[in-house]
Amino acid sequence: MVDLVNALIVLLNYIFIPALSYGSQLALGALGVSFIYAILRFANFSHGDLMSFGAMMTILFTWVLQSYGISLGFLPTAILALPLAIFATILFCLVTDKFVFRHYRTKKSTPVVLAMISIGVMFVIQAIVRIIIGPDDRQFFDGQKFIMKAKQFKEITGLSEGLAIKSTQVITIFVTIILVSLLFWFLQRTRTGKSMRAFSDNEDLALLSGINPDKVVFITWLIVGALATVAGTLYGLDKSFKPFTYLGLVLPIFASAIVGGIGNPIGAVVGGYVIAFSEIMVTYAYKKFFIYLLPQSLEPSGLVQLLSTDYKFAVSFSILVIVLLIRPSGIFKGRTL
Amino acid sequence: MASMFLLVGFGQSWSLSLSILNMCIISAVMSMGINIQWGYAGIFNVGIMGFTALGGLAAVLVSYSPVGEAWRVGGIGMIISLFLLIITIVAVFFLNRVFRNSSYKYWIIGLTIIIGLILINLFFRPAVQAIENVNPAVTGFLGGLGLPIIFSWIVGGLFAAGVAFVIGKITLGLRSDYLAIATLGISEIIITVLKHEDWLSRGVKNVIGLKRPVPYEIDLQKTDWFISLISYLNSSKLGKVSDSLESEKLLNQLVIEGSSIFVKLNYMILFTIVLLFILYLANKAQFSPWGRMMRAIRDNETSANAMGKNIVKRHLQVFVIGSAVVGIAGAMLITQSGLFTPASFLPLRYTFLIWVMVIVGGSGNNVGAILGGFVIWFVWIEAAPVSQYLIEILTAALHDENKFKLHLIDSVPYFRYLIMGSVLLLIMRYRPKGILPEKVRHS
Repeated sequence: MVDLVNALIVLLNYIFIPALSYGSQLALGALGVSFIYAILRFANFSHGDLMSFGAMMTILFTWVLQSYGISLGFLPTAILALPLAIFATILFCLVTDKFVFRHYRTKKSTPVVLAMISIGVMFVIQAIVRIIIGPDDRQFFDGQKFIMKAKQFKEITGLSEGLAIKSTQVITIFVTIILVSLLFWFLQRTRTGKSMRAFSDNEDLALLSGINPDKVVFITWLIVGALATVAGTLYGLDKSFKPFTYLGLVLPIFASAIVGGIGNPIGAVVGGYVIAFSEIMVTYAYKKFFIYLLPQSLEPSGLVQLLSTDYKFAVSFSILVIVLLIRPSGIFKGRTL
Repeated sequence: MASMFLLVGFGQSWSLSLSILNMCIISAVMSMGINIQWGYAGIFNVGIMGFTALGGLAAVLVSYSPVGEAWRVGGIGMIISLFLLIITIVAVFFLNRVFRNSSYKYWIIGLTIIIGLILINLFFRPAVQAIENVNPAVTGFLGGLGLPIIFSWIVGGLFAAGVAFVIGKITLGLRSDYLAIATLGISEIIITVLKHEDWLSRGVKNVIGLKRPVPYEIDLQKTDWFISLISYLNSSKLGKVSDSLESEKLLNQLVIEGSSIFVKLNYMILFTIVLLFILYLANKAQFSPWGRMMRAIRDNETSANAMGKNIVKRHLQVFVIGSAVVGIAGAMLITQSGLFTPASFLPLRYTFLIWVMVIVGGSGNNVGAILGGFVIWFVWIEAAPVSQYLIEILTAALHDENKFKLHLIDSVPYFRYLIMGSVLLLIMRYRPKGILPEKVRHS
């Protein structure tokens, strides 16, 4: 019995909690991609770097706050800096929209051309981020690192397996729940949210019924900027901030959005968790888990790992391919908010 | 453009100028491959990096001499696992046919794949272990076929075409941006495989010293005809030096410089032949009925479909051809450098830069793609020194220890990205057809 509990704790500690927080970060990123796709109707390849821009802004504001000696006690200062960073990122989004994307929207360019433009934007954002903050790894987490340390857990429960909960993980999950519920409330209940849904469902009809397209696009960038900043900051807090890694996030984010049904916010959230859980479950070495469960004679000699962690990309890609083959529109039917 | 190379030749060095030129030619081949996909058919491929790397892998597998020891300890295991892999794939196809209408189809196929993978692992893992333990400091992989590296240019094209076929089969029937994401994914996976499958490509330990299709500098410096050629070319310079010892020294130095230039010239000739050959074929195809059909599909899919053209099949065809050209360029790239470093295939350098080339040069125009390749590679190389120079001028008023100035100088390499991104955005905005727009011949 104790062994079973220990085995479950192993799964909880190494798979469930990390996947939940990683999945939340992916879900927030995928939501951003989905919003752009549903309203502006193109695949935004610069979203990963927009996240890194947002995270960079948070870091800069954190430094400013820290230099004034302001902190949040056991919580990271970054949370205080987050609203300022969101504001800066939204401003940046609106500027890029005005100078870059608007032109192609009025020209009614094809989605592929817009995707190409987003690659140009990606280049520029990468340059800006690297010029301002440099390409190095940055830790900007302060405050209390663990809510529950492995050792404490062992002492409390008397089990031989520890359960460590990092405060960043709890913050990530908490912030995601708040943000996602706010977003759904906005889309379902408010007048502006409804007009956005109408716009994404059928643009011509929405325009006929007097919805102002500029306002819809403006709100979209507000939401996307906020989501990107929060997602980028949470990812940076949880791991560490390195501009290069955000480019690699583009693939899992897109995979999440497509798996869930691109353009569908519920799909984006579910897709994020599907991708995160499968990535971590497939690349985790189950040796410890089986040692607790199986009798000593049957203990596995190898790591019992399906794929080495280097092939994380392959997992999200394979899921993407499987979904495209079996159900091209995603788990939830995509295309509209 | 030619004057730019002369400028670098006189200003910096001839050897540098020629190596930039060689890279320009390779980039031009790549951008022609992408032009075939984007310019002819409007297919958006973001996995250029992966196809380039496949070409590079071909160069290793064709030219490196086989490692006999590794084949002896792990060869059988590898062959059995390859055999099992083929059986699994065939079985999946077969089951897909048989259970076409069954609701259990996906479960059955999934089960087959899992059983296949377990069986393969039984043979694959030990074989890999054995191969990687064979003298890991020098080999630790299966090696290649030991053929002349020139063949790899064809093999690289075939590798890339094969992968493109599979990817295209899966995604080309779907929305256009799905292909972009799928190619992005597959290229990441190809790079990861090359980085971590040591038995195949030595992974991050890199493969060095690939055989060359052209003579080595060291050998040239010892051959008589080359020395006499150099002394003939520089006879006036040598004549001015009266002292025989001095003249010997000068000649020696000239021979060393000359040999490196000679090797690069040889590469240049080989690459130019490939470039012109592909350009000829590409132009021929573009102005043939096939090319007109592709243009019709690109410009109006619905009406082309109504005319009875099979759009998915044509897209697959053009996707495979374009990727093959990129694969050839990848093999050429590795041939030139003689070393294969999987970690150096970065998406910015090998995917997005090529896109800038195609867009700037003029999509749909092969000569434009070549021009774009030359201009953009040149700008990419020279952007760093030029932006450093500019920053130094602009911040001359600031103190040397000024933090802002030091920070700017540290971030010089990233001004390239800024320049490239801005170039892409400006061209797309103000000259969407590129420097040399597509010419449509009406007959």
